[in-house]
Amino acid sequence: MTTERPKVIEVKHLVKKFGNFVANDNLTFDVKQGEIFGFLGANGAGKTTAIKILCGLQSPTSGEIKVAGFDVYRQTNLIKRNIGYMSQKFSLYEDLSVSQNFEFYGGIYGLSRKQIKERTSYFLEKLELTNEANKILKEIPLGWKQKLAFSVAILHHPKIVFLDEPTGGVDPVTRRQFWEMIYEAANEGITIFVTTHYMDEAEYCERVSIMVDGRIEALDTPAMLKQQYGASSMNEVFLRLARAQSAEQ
Amino acid sequence: MSNGAVILQNISKSYKTVKALTEINVSIAKGELFGFIGPDGAGKTTLFRILTTLLNPDSGTATVEGFDTVKNYKSIRNIAGYMPGRFSLYQDLTVEENLSFFASIYNTTIEENYHLIADIYKHIEPFKHRKAGKLSGGMKQKLALSCALIHKPEVLFLDEPTTGVDAVSRMEFWEMLKKLRSQGITILVSTPYMDEAALCDRVALMQNGHVMTIDTPNAIINAFPVKIYAVRSNRMFHLLNDLQSIPETEAVYRFGDVVHYLSHSKTFDPLSITRHLDSLSHTEITVNQSVPTIEDSFMLYMRKSDKFNISQHDN
Repeated sequence: MTTERPKVIEVKHLVKKFGNFVANDNLTFDVKQGEIFGFLGANGAGKTTAIKILCGLQSPTSGEIKVAGFDVYRQTNLIKRNIGYMSQKFSLYEDLSVSQNFEFYGGIYGLSRKQIKERTSYFLEKLELTNEANKILKEIPLGWKQKLAFSVAILHHPKIVFLDEPTGGVDPVTRRQFWEMIYEAANEGITIFVTTHYMDEAEYCERVSIMVDGRIEALDTPAMLKQQYGASSMNEVFLRLARAQSAEQ
Repeated sequence: MSNGAVILQNISKSYKTVKALTEINVSIAKGELFGFIGPDGAGKTTLFRILTTLLNPDSGTATVEGFDTVKNYKSIRNIAGYMPGRFSLYQDLTVEENLSFFASIYNTTIEENYHLIADIYKHIEPFKHRKAGKLSGGMKQKLALSCALIHKPEVLFLDEPTTGVDAVSRMEFWEMLKKLRSQGITILVSTPYMDEAALCDRVALMQNGHVMTIDTPNAIINAFPVKIYAVRSNRMFHLLNDLQSIPETEAVYRFGDVVHYLSHSKTFDPLSITRHLDSLSHTEITVNQSVPTIEDSFMLYMRKSDKFNISQHDN
């Protein structure tokens, strides 16, 4: 059933140090095209540092890392053009209208007027927001904003989209609608790299890595991880790994 | 009702055209650990600002330990501890300086009430000379809680203390709250994490400025009107759509590694799920009755009324 999909993220021996502090301690992993990859870890485990490196915003201290086929040391601009990014905090411009936000981001990613128009109406129709296109973003309910922000992040059909806690504070119905959008995008071949504090969402991922203290302590499908740790849920797996760490300190 | 520690009667509040709170009625008993559960935009922060006298309601009355939030606001400020959602300590003061600042504005000292915060503060005391801005998220949270407690408040207001915090730190935080509760402090806490409801004595489920229900977590779960079936198959991706097409379907949604299926029919036979999926060539089908959670209840209330559902599209 699983034909070998190409690797779109290849990380070998990634190390990132800030002075004496090792934020990323020899990370090695791959993510495949169209995969939904959950990147979990406690606060301060080193997730944000790794994501910044993968997005071409920060150089690693050492290691061999390719994102969308490009080198993170020398080809950061090519990386940025081929990825999308969305977080709970920074998403869209509150005082632009819905369609202006699409236009702005489409322009940044170098889409033509025609492409922007087509992609905008495609997403507005899908979200049933066509009638709200000219509304200022401030007036749009939060749940919809998150779905809009995701649409904008994949407007230019990137190879990979990075989602940093995309569903924080969102109601349970919208949260699930959001995940349906993630599945659809993955089905179209977009790779999803997602962090979350909701452990039920870890179950929705194809594979999950769990970072503890700068290292990847576990990486597998949710089913295998639960089996490996004799746990009934990903929450239990997470607590076992991250708790063992805080007991050590 | 009249001897509640915190009482809200018909509280409403609007910001321009947005109705933040609509006729909220809640009575919280002395010593209770009470949770306001709901997503962003539910009105939790507005409610906490009214109770901590930082904001006046448009209509209705609220009292804290018998003091009116509008007329007797000064008295409330002496007996309330407040931890706002956004980290609000002085980033360029040290841990110890922040704590002694909050103690001194309430005319007390760290020494006088040390016993109250000892359990929490001892985790960060080794770093007492570090600037608050340099603390990790978990440590900031412990310092903010210590500062909210240092004047021995009778009522503690914690606005989303665990938002953005990982599962381990969240669990530790709730263990601290349980200890505080055993000291008799009334605690009001808000959270968007549905699973934290189970740790409260009672909860109010909030959405879109409304309280949808108030009860103990168990009573809310026991009141769930229909059976929930947890369904799995080899084709999880198609499972949602394929289950939708069963005529008796009330709702279908993902829930962790299973899909929850609810039927509106009183005489629903779960075997019909298996038969239906079988006919659509699913294999490895499992259908088990499942215990409802607060999240299931929350979604049920959202579906029941449009006024609770701001994202309105049902699928």
